[in-house]
Amino acid sequence: MTRAVSFWSSTVGKKIVMAVSGLIMVGFVILHMVGNLQIFEGSAKLNSYSAFLHGPANEVLWIVRVVLLLALVAHVVSAYQLTVLDRAARPVPYAKRDLQAATIGSRTMRIGGIILALFIVLHILHFTTLTLQPAALTEGDVYANGIASFQLGWVTAIYVVAMIFLGLHLYHGAWSSVRTLGFERGRLDPFKRPVAIVLALVVWAGFTLVPVAVYFHLVP
Amino acid sequence: MNLTLRVWRQAGPKAPGKMVEYKATEISPEASFLEMMDVVNDELTLKGEEPIAFDHDCREGICGSCSMMIDGHAHGPNQGTATCQLHMRSFEDGATIFVEPWRVRAFPVVKDLCVDRSAFDRIIAAGGFITAATGGAQDANNVLVPKVASDLAMDSAACIGCGACAAACPNGSASLFTAAKITHLAQLPQGQPERYRRVVEMVAQHDAEGFGGCTLHGECQLACPKEISIDTISRMNRDYMVAAAMSQEEKVGGGTG
Repeated sequence: MTRAVSFWSSTVGKKIVMAVSGLIMVGFVILHMVGNLQIFEGSAKLNSYSAFLHGPANEVLWIVRVVLLLALVAHVVSAYQLTVLDRAARPVPYAKRDLQAATIGSRTMRIGGIILALFIVLHILHFTTLTLQPAALTEGDVYANGIASFQLGWVTAIYVVAMIFLGLHLYHGAWSSVRTLGFERGRLDPFKRPVAIVLALVVWAGFTLVPVAVYFHLVP
Repeated sequence: MNLTLRVWRQAGPKAPGKMVEYKATEISPEASFLEMMDVVNDELTLKGEEPIAFDHDCREGICGSCSMMIDGHAHGPNQGTATCQLHMRSFEDGATIFVEPWRVRAFPVVKDLCVDRSAFDRIIAAGGFITAATGGAQDANNVLVPKVASDLAMDSAACIGCGACAAACPNGSASLFTAAKITHLAQLPQGQPERYRRVVEMVAQHDAEGFGGCTLHGECQLACPKEISIDTISRMNRDYMVAAAMSQEEKVGGGTG
């Protein structure tokens, strides 16, 4: 127990918790994106995938949900605690500071993280629990729910903006989490991080495509 | 060259400080930044004003005392150099230059641009050493060290403990310093007995001093006058994870009792 306590009480330990929980969520986000793209194959395909998840795969779905919830809580708590420590470490700011290496991804991790956390809550209330109904939604008809929601410009706009922050978060997070976990060759050149760039672009594009395509009536 | 300086002036540790403007006139472009500060201080002294206090010692980039945030860059705009290796030709004539002390809670300002970096000494004291057997020196090559390991150890050992990494870090983290000291010893056979105890205790001391955590912005690597890589932080984290998995007895290890 003391081992776990001393691990968690250090900045390095919290950072490792953040990296591992982040990578778990990266894995989920890729699966989620691939699932969403089935909307382009029509109503039957997407709704049968949804029926599969809630039917035969229901136990697995719940295990995944519990793991994701734990990962999210660990990620947010470590992020919050590290942010408090980091802020306290520089009580007096510089009159002039010119950052040289920090990327737009690394600089927007905190604000982006807050936006994504709010988005996750909205998104679950919207499509999972159907508590928020921007348009009339029916349980089980994932395809129709998506079409009805994303024909509204403001709903599409919220999703599009959130996905920009997801892309930025992934760009820095995918790169820095594996460095945090001990992989070397951390290149500072922001364009020489091929895995992070491809991952961020693919996930951003894959998620953005669905609401935008629905909005412009490009979905069969 | 004629320059305008905006310098942080603070009479003592508890005194309030503020940015004060000074003119540096007829400065040679060949002068080093510290020589330019000397010229300004000479003029201040002649006028009967208190000269600007700043730390300096070797003036050749090896002691790590000349710590200044110059125009928003630790040790000035050039890479791989300390403030003493910065020359006025790196600036435009007529420029306004901000000069500030390191801004880290763990480095309290003593006076003007001088900060107290004893926090680094305490991190070293927490584990940045080896329990070497004393006695006569062994023959060279008695303990074999692979070339790659000795190169990596030397790269880390280049750290002069100037504090630029923590000063440049948006989180006020001294991870690069701590990691350099840890990985320097972790690469070498002499560093093995205390390897895992060292990483845990030095990281704990780093945190206890009030430094922040690493988010891998990478600012430290560009600020470092010795160009130490953030790879050292990855190596430190790897050792930290191994140490976390070990029992207390394993971690304490053999030593040279």
